[in-house]
Amino acid sequence: MAAGAVLLGVTSGALGTFAVLRRQSLVGDVMAHAALPGVVGGYLLAGERSLPAMLAGALVTGLVAAGLAWVLTHRLKVKSEAALGTGLGLGFALGVVLLSYVQRQPGAGSAGLESFLYGQAAATLRADVLVLAGVAVVGLGVATLLFGELKVATFDPVWARARGHRVALLDAGLTGLLAVAVVIGLQAVGVVLMSALVVAPAVAARQLTRSLGAMFWTAGALGGASALAGALLSAATPGLATGPVVVLVASAVAGLALLLGPERGRAAEA
Amino acid sequence: MVTGAAVATAGLSVDYGDGPALRDVSLTVPAGVIGAVVGPNGAGKSTLVKAVLGLVAPAAGRVALLGDRPQRTRHRVGYVPQRSSVDWDFPADARDVVTMGLYRELGPFRRPGRAERERALAALETVGMGHLARRQIGRLSGGQQQRVFLARALVQDPELYLLDEPLAGVDAASEAAILAVLRAERARGKTVLAVHHDLGTLRDYFDWVALLNVTLRAQGPIDAALTDEVLADTYGGRVPLPPRGPARAAGAGLEVAPAR
Repeated sequence: MAAGAVLLGVTSGALGTFAVLRRQSLVGDVMAHAALPGVVGGYLLAGERSLPAMLAGALVTGLVAAGLAWVLTHRLKVKSEAALGTGLGLGFALGVVLLSYVQRQPGAGSAGLESFLYGQAAATLRADVLVLAGVAVVGLGVATLLFGELKVATFDPVWARARGHRVALLDAGLTGLLAVAVVIGLQAVGVVLMSALVVAPAVAARQLTRSLGAMFWTAGALGGASALAGALLSAATPGLATGPVVVLVASAVAGLALLLGPERGRAAEA
Repeated sequence: MVTGAAVATAGLSVDYGDGPALRDVSLTVPAGVIGAVVGPNGAGKSTLVKAVLGLVAPAAGRVALLGDRPQRTRHRVGYVPQRSSVDWDFPADARDVVTMGLYRELGPFRRPGRAERERALAALETVGMGHLARRQIGRLSGGQQQRVFLARALVQDPELYLLDEPLAGVDAASEAAILAVLRAERARGKTVLAVHHDLGTLRDYFDWVALLNVTLRAQGPIDAALTDEVLADTYGGRVPLPPRGPARAAGAGLEVAPAR
């Protein structure tokens, strides 16, 4: 359980760096909320509580909702935040309805599904940790391998395109990485609060670092530490969901960095 | 289209959906000039640069960049976008940004090493910024940020420089440094084409000009192309500054040698 928490915290914290620098934090929130119908759908299709099926479902519906918001904004001229709000609300509403339906079914069916709302790290099984580790290796591996490309596409995408970098492909890849950052923590942190674990460590890390590489790994370390602290605290308190505790810890770290950081990380130099 | 030209467009039109941004522009920029693109706000100057680079799709017409389709040749161009096009609160120092100019030749999987950092530092020294190589980009002045962008183009050793308002809102020292670098590059046989906003310095800084206001009003060597009639036509009779006034004081700054 602790190993799972660290894995997911490091992954979503580190990958959140790109979400924050690309101003896509809200897209992450849409993906997280809209993951719920995918989680329930994956459970229904698999016929049992199967984490790979549920995470795959989350990935699909999360990306569909983000895609819907993109179409609303870029093709139908809806304002960006209204489009994102629509995608988030629609996805989450669908998920809650599906969840109520499943919970009415007889049998042990709904076991553990509710933990996807607010998160329950204790619901992470030993086999789940292997799944999370696989997702983490893929997400962090791709980001590390293509770090330079992701850097130019994040800092100056128009120039990067002129310079011959495959920016459209990199954009798709970065969206995929954001989706990975979100789904990896859904079980432990929950769809409602997951995006905070993606965003808060990166916000803190920006105050403490002066290069993208340092920001990436610092955000990962802070994310891992926040998730671990949250998981341990909630495990020690019966009935306390993990998500809120993780997010409170991560937000406290970000708050401290914002208060104490700026004139250290970014300003102090010749 | 003229072969051997650094940039050539034929009947180029661009439309963003609310009227034409460019209409029937046939531009031929000869190799080896320091050229300016001038025109009033909304004349389509930035759009022309982006269309030449193949970054916006033309509604009509063709573009030849260094003799071929932009998608095939644009990586050989030193593109210097407007400073405001990026968020400078990005975790990087000046040398990091200049090094990005080398990422393409490194390929997607290789990391920059000592050789790349030294080349980036050399480019920063050429624009007079060697001493600020490790400063966070968000803490540089506007002119210094502009020089970082120029160094990112310089490090590529391109054949052609395309600059979008490189002198807008920069201090006198940066203006002099940027001009000195562009002149030195032309002396090495490179071509420069820059969107420029200040008619007062046009004759001092450039030897070739294109006047644009949605359509191309004139192009050619500056003494031939830059007439009062053409200026009045391009700016709709509201010329911001007399073109033949005495050289402005800023021109004197050009004598400043680029910092080593």
